[in-house]
Amino acid sequence: MTATTTRDAGAPVRAATPPGFVRLTLLHARFHVLETVRIPMAVIGNLLFPTLAMFFFVVPQQVITSDPLLSVISVGGLAMFSVMSTFLFTFGVGVAEDRALPFDPYLRTMPAGAGPRLTGRVLSASLFALLGLVPLGLVAGIFTAAAPALPRLLLGVATLLAAGVPFLMLGLFVGYRLSSKAAIAVVQLVLFPLAFAGGLFMPAEMFPDWLATASTFLPSRAARDLVIGALSGVEVYAYALPVLLGWGVLFTVLAVWAYRRDEGRRFR
Amino acid sequence: MTTDTRRETLAPTASSTEPVVAVDGVRRTFGDVVALDGVSLAVRPGEIVGLLGPNGAGKSTLLSLVTGQRKPDAGTVRLFGQDPRLPAARIGLGVTPQETGLPPSLTVGEVVDLVSGHYPDPMPRAELLERFDLADLARRQTGGLSGGQKRRLAVALSLAGRPRLVLLDEPTTGLDVEGRRALWQAVRDYHREGATVVVTSHYLEEIEALAERVVVIGSGRVLADDTLGAVVARVQAHRVAFRSTAAAAELAALPGVTSVEVDGDRRTLLTSDSDALVRRLVVDGVPFTDLEVRGASLEEAFLALTEKEAA
Repeated sequence: MTATTTRDAGAPVRAATPPGFVRLTLLHARFHVLETVRIPMAVIGNLLFPTLAMFFFVVPQQVITSDPLLSVISVGGLAMFSVMSTFLFTFGVGVAEDRALPFDPYLRTMPAGAGPRLTGRVLSASLFALLGLVPLGLVAGIFTAAAPALPRLLLGVATLLAAGVPFLMLGLFVGYRLSSKAAIAVVQLVLFPLAFAGGLFMPAEMFPDWLATASTFLPSRAARDLVIGALSGVEVYAYALPVLLGWGVLFTVLAVWAYRRDEGRRFR
Repeated sequence: MTTDTRRETLAPTASSTEPVVAVDGVRRTFGDVVALDGVSLAVRPGEIVGLLGPNGAGKSTLLSLVTGQRKPDAGTVRLFGQDPRLPAARIGLGVTPQETGLPPSLTVGEVVDLVSGHYPDPMPRAELLERFDLADLARRQTGGLSGGQKRRLAVALSLAGRPRLVLLDEPTTGLDVEGRRALWQAVRDYHREGATVVVTSHYLEEIEALAERVVVIGSGRVLADDTLGAVVARVQAHRVAFRSTAAAAELAALPGVTSVEVDGDRRTLLTSDSDALVRRLVVDGVPFTDLEVRGASLEEAFLALTEKEAA
């Protein structure tokens, strides 16, 4: 206690001008990271699920683990699932929960607009999404033949985060429109069917024809194929990017609309 | 800590008689409920204003408009001459969070840092915690604080950015007498340093302790806007009850009566002067039994005020 007291009194950090976008963004990112790590189960659960799925469903299948491309396809799908679920939960459920707390309207009285507050949340969620990829990557590196070169790996990770943005927007839409209880249900209802039909669990190459075709119009399938393409260099179907962008624009419009309508909890 | 630098930043300059808060003809509804209807109010630099009104009168709605959380359906709200929905307008604003709203997993120090980080010239953390007797609790998670400590932290947070305008929403609800006095003193100290203060309460005592000017809000309208003394005289009513067969109209003509309630043979009057009223009852020979006189609650006084305005 005394240590912090003297430090603060001795070296007050004073800026003459109001804090800028970057400082406010980092401030909010730090706040979200602190809040998240204080409830370790939330972090651990997210870290473990895709890794366990990998262990139980992919690692035992010699046919897959011995083939570099099949390995990348399996890992890429689960990695996309990890990012998608982190974003949908952080933004869908997280925002809905925060909105129910009186601290959120209080933060809105501070001189920071939606920009820094949202960007801070995006930074924090991206950090935890990346963390979730570490054990998955390790398991893949050790137990499968997946071995993308470093540039491909980096491109793949960047693609993962970028391809997660539409899901982030979908999460925001859910979070700003629904109560936290409804948001949990909706996120789960959206997450698992989208993940399955997008081939994140079971490779889309094993789908019946009709589903394989329908699947290519889903954001999850487009995202998965773009990630796998980035990791392996395999050709991605031509309209994957337009499909993902289209969903991204739609979800962004919905998210902005929901945010504008939201005035926090109603109380008099 | 010297107060010189603080004074410099807080003291209103000679030219700044522009209202700090300017609310003009504001109306706000929630569905069918009219929360505010034609409210106008200007708060000038250095004032300490009490917003008094029963629960549900529209105080919180009014505050949420001034802090930029909501926008009015009609009319205008200006904070330091700007739209409060713009972040830049809120740099000189400090607000108390509701005590139940502190993030329970964060420590006192972390919450202070989060709030302070938004302002160009925040109060150093040590000084802020010292002012509110929280220095020993900097590393405690807010979820582990007592109700009184949470209230103190909430008011401390409103001053974290050295605001020129502080909005305190029910600052001492649920505190014991001692804790309440200490918080009031801290608020008065900060006001003396040059800040403008708006405090809402449904306790007359709190408003009497803090405010110089009082605005009474009821049913979404401004019922009174006057000096503390004048408003207190108006809302300090007495309740006189007895059994009688006298007609309501007859009773309404008695001295200072603002409302008459008839329930069977039970008559309940609100009056500004219970002594004069009882004397007249006796002198006029109005038949009565079971006479009972007591100070009216603020709620009752507000109701009387509302009815009188409506009439």
